[in-house]
Amino acid sequence: MPVNYMLPEFEVERSDYRCIRCRVCERQCSNGVHRYDIDGDVILSDEYKCVDCQRCVCLCPTHALKIKKNEASLRENFNWKQNTILEIYKQANTGGVLLSSMGNPEPFPVYWDKILINASQVTNPSIDPLREPMETRVFLGKKPHDITRDENGNINTELPPQIELELPVMFSAMSYGSISYNAHKSLATAAEALGICYNTGEGGLHEDFYQYGKNTIVQVASGRFGVYKDYLEAGAAIEIKMGQGAKPGIGGHLPGAKVQADVSKTRMIPEGSDAISPAPHHDIYSIEDLRQLVFSLKEATDYKKPVIVKVAAVHNIAAIASGIARSGADIIAIDGFRGGTGAAPTRIRDNVGIPIELALAAVDKRLRDEGIRQNVSLVVGGSVRSASDVVKAIALGADACYIATSALLALGCHLCRTCQSGKCNWGIATQDPELVKRLNPETGKERLINLLTAWKHEIKEMMGLMGINSIEALRGNRLMLRGVGLNEKELEILGISHAGE
Amino acid sequence: MKRVYVHEEWCLGCHLCEYNCAFSNSGLTDMVKALKSKKITPRIHVEDDGRIHYAVSCRHCEDPLCIKGCISGALSKGADGVVTIDHDKCVGCLSCMLLCPYGSITTDENETVLKCELCIKNGGIPKCVEGCPNRAIVFEEVEE
Amino acid sequence: MKYVIIGNGPAAVSCIDGIRSIDQKGDITVISKEAHRAYFRPLISYYLEGKSKEKNIYCRADDFYQKNHVETVLSEAVAIDRDHKIVSLSGGENIAYGRLCICSGSSPFVPPMKGLNTVEKKFTFLTIDDSFALEQAVNENSRVLIIGAGLIGLKCAEGLRDRAKSVTVCDLAPRVLSSILDDECASIVQQHLEKCGIQFSLSNTAEFFDGGTAHMMDGSVIDFDVLVLALGVRPNIGFFKDAGGECNRAILVDNSMKTSIEDIYAAGDCVEQYDISYGKKRIMALLPNANIGGFIAGVNMAGGSKAFDNAVPMNSIGFWGLHMMTAGTYATGGDAKMIEEKSEKSIKRFFVRDNRLIGFIIIGDVKSAGIYTNLVRSQTDLSDLDLSALIKNPNLLPFSEKYRRKTLRGVV
Repeated sequence: MPVNYMLPEFEVERSDYRCIRCRVCERQCSNGVHRYDIDGDVILSDEYKCVDCQRCVCLCPTHALKIKKNEASLRENFNWKQNTILEIYKQANTGGVLLSSMGNPEPFPVYWDKILINASQVTNPSIDPLREPMETRVFLGKKPHDITRDENGNINTELPPQIELELPVMFSAMSYGSISYNAHKSLATAAEALGICYNTGEGGLHEDFYQYGKNTIVQVASGRFGVYKDYLEAGAAIEIKMGQGAKPGIGGHLPGAKVQADVSKTRMIPEGSDAISPAPHHDIYSIEDLRQLVFSLKEATDYKKPVIVKVAAVHNIAAIASGIARSGADIIAIDGFRGGTGAAPTRIRDNVGIPIELALAAVDKRLRDEGIRQNVSLVVGGSVRSASDVVKAIALGADACYIATSALLALGCHLCRTCQSGKCNWGIATQDPELVKRLNPETGKERLINLLTAWKHEIKEMMGLMGINSIEALRGNRLMLRGVGLNEKELEILGISHAGE
Repeated sequence: MKRVYVHEEWCLGCHLCEYNCAFSNSGLTDMVKALKSKKITPRIHVEDDGRIHYAVSCRHCEDPLCIKGCISGALSKGADGVVTIDHDKCVGCLSCMLLCPYGSITTDENETVLKCELCIKNGGIPKCVEGCPNRAIVFEEVEE
Repeated sequence: MKYVIIGNGPAAVSCIDGIRSIDQKGDITVISKEAHRAYFRPLISYYLEGKSKEKNIYCRADDFYQKNHVETVLSEAVAIDRDHKIVSLSGGENIAYGRLCICSGSSPFVPPMKGLNTVEKKFTFLTIDDSFALEQAVNENSRVLIIGAGLIGLKCAEGLRDRAKSVTVCDLAPRVLSSILDDECASIVQQHLEKCGIQFSLSNTAEFFDGGTAHMMDGSVIDFDVLVLALGVRPNIGFFKDAGGECNRAILVDNSMKTSIEDIYAAGDCVEQYDISYGKKRIMALLPNANIGGFIAGVNMAGGSKAFDNAVPMNSIGFWGLHMMTAGTYATGGDAKMIEEKSEKSIKRFFVRDNRLIGFIIIGDVKSAGIYTNLVRSQTDLSDLDLSALIKNPNLLPFSEKYRRKTLRGVV
């Protein structure tokens, strides 16, 4: 049917003058966009297949390529946007749920960009981080409410188990299966070098990566893939995944095609079988149930590992967090609605959940109000894009941030948002060995280290200009923040004043 | 000495090394001018069966057979260990090609013998290494 | 230690390198009958062709002898006194040696031919002086007749074509390069040479000469201005034989390049050594072997220990763009078999025995042939190799990943 024809989203612009017919574009495109035609000595493009991942653009040695938004368009309509119409065509063609990946791309407000940071002037002098000590180390876990002493009057120094981080940033959960072996290796080795943690996601822990255990957070999700005693004991902490920002309230589905030898072994499921994570944990219907799982995991690991409970930022998040803080969990991780994913139904990714900035502020306030803020550390994720986002998150009350999209970008991701195809040209979201090898984990490790080393410098600079010399002193320090272009309600939830106040 | 080494597990078979080599040895400063509409004759080549790929260039052997076989004294190993060719001396007999165990010697369309000289005449850092998008080709010292 | 080297070709200078790699002090004397620094003999035809300039024919830099403290004597060795360790020279002098290396090479073989004395301009073709002489003798009006369609004859033809009016090559054998090629391969080479302007008269040779006319076996006559006799060479081994040294067609040496006489070594075109592809000793008068053998002789003479235990004949030769490479032994019959790979532009023949490549001939597409040579020299067991893939495409793909790792990621 003619209506089946979908306008290509992109246009490949090839400078014929520059093109030297080296065919690297053809060799590197896993989507088969480029094809050399020997008769015409010309490279042809099948633009319909292009996802704008920029692989060809980056590798073209003469910079002959540009990928542009296709100018050919449907008649403009503010209400019926082109994409909306095309999605309807797609669904009419296939009858299927629309799938997409990575984070919500829709123009919802980004509160990080409406918050500004204070600086010391005249009084309360700023600090030069290159001259004076500046502490970015943080400990995540339950802190005592009061100072207690033993019978001899000595202060009790024994703390519940903690995660120690050299800077308040961790790589958040991405499973082996959703991302490649080399991506995992890059994250694991970088985390080790940086003195932070990465997170297995719910795909289990590949046997090669047990050696990075002290920098690993092992996840227990509704599918329980790859979970067994050694796995729980391997990590620095255990994370119970209740929800994910990109797709709150639904489960996950790794297609059988991606469950190949090593993935199947790591997930402990048969090769080729679909890995389906149920929407809920079938044993958790209340905070009391959650408490049981928290303590089961603590019991299994001899109370040596902090337990994280990760939830998506949704309505009533403050109440939910309050419940979790009372469940025995050591850390609450909250994932905002712009968080990424390897695959999610488009409608869910783009319409469910709330911004992390509001969730964080609401949770921190609620826990303080209830006097249980010390019970837990707060980790937030869901599109933390820069050192300033980290600083703002901490000032809003977070103990640390989870980053994933930023980390993937450092590894080469160009946010084409087609992870679900499994044909990631950058060797990240794929299990095809020919594609996986495109990410050399040595390079990956270096780039991640570079990124967070840069962030660490920037965090110190920003702390210094506020006259603050430790993360501890910045945490929840909302006086350091001001809003711009926010309404009264937003400012109230964020707990900050407007700029100029 | 520093040599070019190839890590097969990281080679993507993109063949960029061949083009970077040809460009580097073209003497020109613009890749398009250097390579446009030309059949390239690089000193490094990718061997590829669709499943395995890796680049091969002169190994700069400790005791190079090509030099032993050279009938004109065109090939020699410098104090830096780099095996170079003097085109003024080469007569194109291809004895070096007969002797190189790795297939690293090639010729251009005029049958001039070409071999990797580690870009010592092109700035010192091999361009195949610089341009490799996945560090499959490295320039380093390896213990002998 | 006092080292004496008879001869001053590639084997001799490699021998000097070999000695000096171990012993930087001992005296070295080189006895040469040619008044030139060591030069690459194969270049004599390229010199004529204009591809090689005179300044570029030498094996080593002009300060080589000085730098290596080598004394040079322009003379010819005529006798060896093995008991007193003395070499006698044609001028009557004697030179004492502690260790001797014979790199005396070979000389052109010219059989008695009727009327040869009536030919005014006749040459052999083995030394650079021959080239200089031909350069003088040949001009654009010269008709050149070359007797012998072997390597020397054909290379001479190539060297002279552009200098002469015509070049005719005759040979008693029915084909060119008869000792190397069979009829089919030879005809490819012949056709190519004919296309390039060389005339042939095969299965035919001069019965007698009468001034500038060769009366041929088949009754025809060929008029010529310049005659080149390229009928083969004989190793220069008389003085060694006279001293009681063991010879076959040339001086017999073992893997360390030692002869049968204590403290006498030999290398280059004057030796017969064990050909691992052939399973017997034979003459392998080719430059790579001279270089390798000479160096190894030098090392062993100086008290080192090195063996040349993978010698095989290897030769690469080209005529105006048609290349031909050979290595090892071309045996068929018995347990040896031949595998042929033909294409439009190329013919490749591989000889396999006991699951090992023992030799090959390639005419045309010689790209990366060294991979085959390596298999012959290393006597690699072909069981784990996909030979048919390798024959089509010489590359490292059919080898194990381990081999490639060793080769491409290690020092070789």
